[in-house]
Amino acid sequence: MAVISYREALNQAMREEMERDANVFVMGEEVGHYNGAYKVTQGMLQRFSERRIIDAPIAEMGFAGIGVGAAMVGLRPIIEFMTFNFSLVAIDQIVNNAAKIYQMSAGQFHIPIVFRGPGGPAVQVGSQHSQSLESFYAHVPGLKVVMPSTAADAKGLLKTAIRDDNPVVFIEGETLYNSTWEVPDGDVLIPIGKGDIKRAGSDITLVAWSKMVWTCLDAAKELAKDGIECEVVDPRTLRPLDVDLIVESVTKTGRCVIVEIGWPVAGFGAEVAYQVQKHCLDALDAPIERVTSEDVPMPYAKNLEDEVQPQVHDVVAAVKRALYLEA
Amino acid sequence: MVTASASDPKPVPTPDNVRVEDDDQPIATTAAELGPLYRQMLAIRRMEEASAKAYSQGKIGGFLHLIIGQEAVCVGATAALEKDDYVVATYREHGHAYAKGVSARAILAELYGKKTGCVKGLGGSMHIFDKATNFLGGYGIVGGHVPIAAGAAFASKYRDDKRVTLCFFGEGASTIGGFAEGLSLAALWKLPVVLICENNQYSMGTPVYRSLAVEDVSLRAVAHGMARDRFDGDDVVKVKQRIAEAVERARTTGEPTLVEVVTYRFRGHSMSDPGLYRTKDEVEEWKRRDPLNRSRARLLEVGMPEADIVALEDDVRAEIEDAVKFAEDSPAADEYKKYVIKEG
Repeated sequence: MAVISYREALNQAMREEMERDANVFVMGEEVGHYNGAYKVTQGMLQRFSERRIIDAPIAEMGFAGIGVGAAMVGLRPIIEFMTFNFSLVAIDQIVNNAAKIYQMSAGQFHIPIVFRGPGGPAVQVGSQHSQSLESFYAHVPGLKVVMPSTAADAKGLLKTAIRDDNPVVFIEGETLYNSTWEVPDGDVLIPIGKGDIKRAGSDITLVAWSKMVWTCLDAAKELAKDGIECEVVDPRTLRPLDVDLIVESVTKTGRCVIVEIGWPVAGFGAEVAYQVQKHCLDALDAPIERVTSEDVPMPYAKNLEDEVQPQVHDVVAAVKRALYLEA
Repeated sequence: MVTASASDPKPVPTPDNVRVEDDDQPIATTAAELGPLYRQMLAIRRMEEASAKAYSQGKIGGFLHLIIGQEAVCVGATAALEKDDYVVATYREHGHAYAKGVSARAILAELYGKKTGCVKGLGGSMHIFDKATNFLGGYGIVGGHVPIAAGAAFASKYRDDKRVTLCFFGEGASTIGGFAEGLSLAALWKLPVVLICENNQYSMGTPVYRSLAVEDVSLRAVAHGMARDRFDGDDVVKVKQRIAEAVERARTTGEPTLVEVVTYRFRGHSMSDPGLYRTKDEVEEWKRRDPLNRSRARLLEVGMPEADIVALEDDVRAEIEDAVKFAEDSPAADEYKKYVIKEG
């Protein structure tokens, strides 16, 4: 067990899988000579050469599609988007091709590809660089969507994603790269579709993924001072979703707050809320609460940006509403 | 001859206006070479006619895009390949699939939405795939498949397996980003792909002059330092020979080529298109250059007896009749959940 950064965990996962399987390669903007825009691929060009660490020009649709074509005939590409905001110009390849070729070919061709990169707001980078697009991808059958919150999850899930025979949209937390966590040594894989209890508690269930897990853990710490014990459930993957784990927790606590950094309308939290009411109606002691960002494009000014995103105090307030401690 | 009026600066796309070569000298060939090519073209023609009939009877649904008139392109080009090479095509791909080796039975059963179709009734006319023949699909998003073809070629370069990928698309695809990015990356990384633009003069109902500032699509290659070629697509042997040059370049040097083949579709964009954007005269003028008639006449010239040609034609008729019967008699499609996520 070593404490390493989320960034280093991702780097280790890719290196280990590339050592293991010669069909795995990384393609993306600045992944090689620049060592990655966020330094996730640091040092990998030196180890694996230009044949397997491929700097692409600015052509997301082109290189995402090259990844899909290469995957079709047996390679296992890792396509890095400098940020997931840029995946929108490649979404035709992800949604129309990667997600559908297995079905369109009636199982003759499968697409073992990972689309990875940072998503969610960073700090003051404006509306076009601050989007949380997981709900877009989670909508699409044929894709898997993974959003790790810790270094340990990042490594174990990325290794699994690379070995998966399906297209995996692997969205990293842009502000989590420096976060650290204890990561088990060696070839430890985390299954896609299995959530994790990040904090046990008996009074209320908080469901959150990626960066919002950290916000919920901070809120739980604050609430514990008032004797309120929150259980923080991190599904880790949105598609497939570990509904059982969430249901088990809410059945125990009787209350649920879903926290996401994305927009409210048709956000993934709405699907979680649907699953919770469907499976836990008798157990619920209060309406399900959602905490999301404001329904606006992200503003630039720091004070406005903070106001738009879910903060610890927003989670605390939602928990108190669900406990009928505040209106 | 149909000519543009003085007040209309844009010519109607008649053969005289858009064909590349003025001289029309027949290319040296033999019955042994041309016979199988003619047979394939005829089978595709008959298969397309059979599917049009079934569509009008309500037995085939959705969109049905026929390639009648353009058969020499997919047949000639595919004839330049080795068996292991890849083909990536559009939604107008029944002929390309057949030329690559997919049976008329599997194609027609797919159009009928049957369990015995090449993709079990999940794809239909626009999404034919066949792993056994390395037919990497029919794609319904215009231009979006060009990067996929570059990707298959990338894999060939990565593994140094000496395979070549052919990518077919229409001139209408040359205006979308997928084409531009696929072309750009294929050139940059020297991927062994031959990009074949079947310029059939109309992007759905829009003629070339209303969609392209520069009507010579092959010129796009120049900006990328890529080899290019441009020729008429009515002589199947010529198509085979010229594509073979590009295939050889890809196989030996890894370099891609952009090839524009000037052709014409005799039918509408799809079955629902009455073709009001062009005159009957224009279509008739092109039909006089029907690549099938041309090949048949040439077969006689190079010494294939008429009786042998008729026997071949009878054989094709029987093949397509059998395929139609197979499609008609096949069980309905029955599976839609199995191929969403690959387990294990």
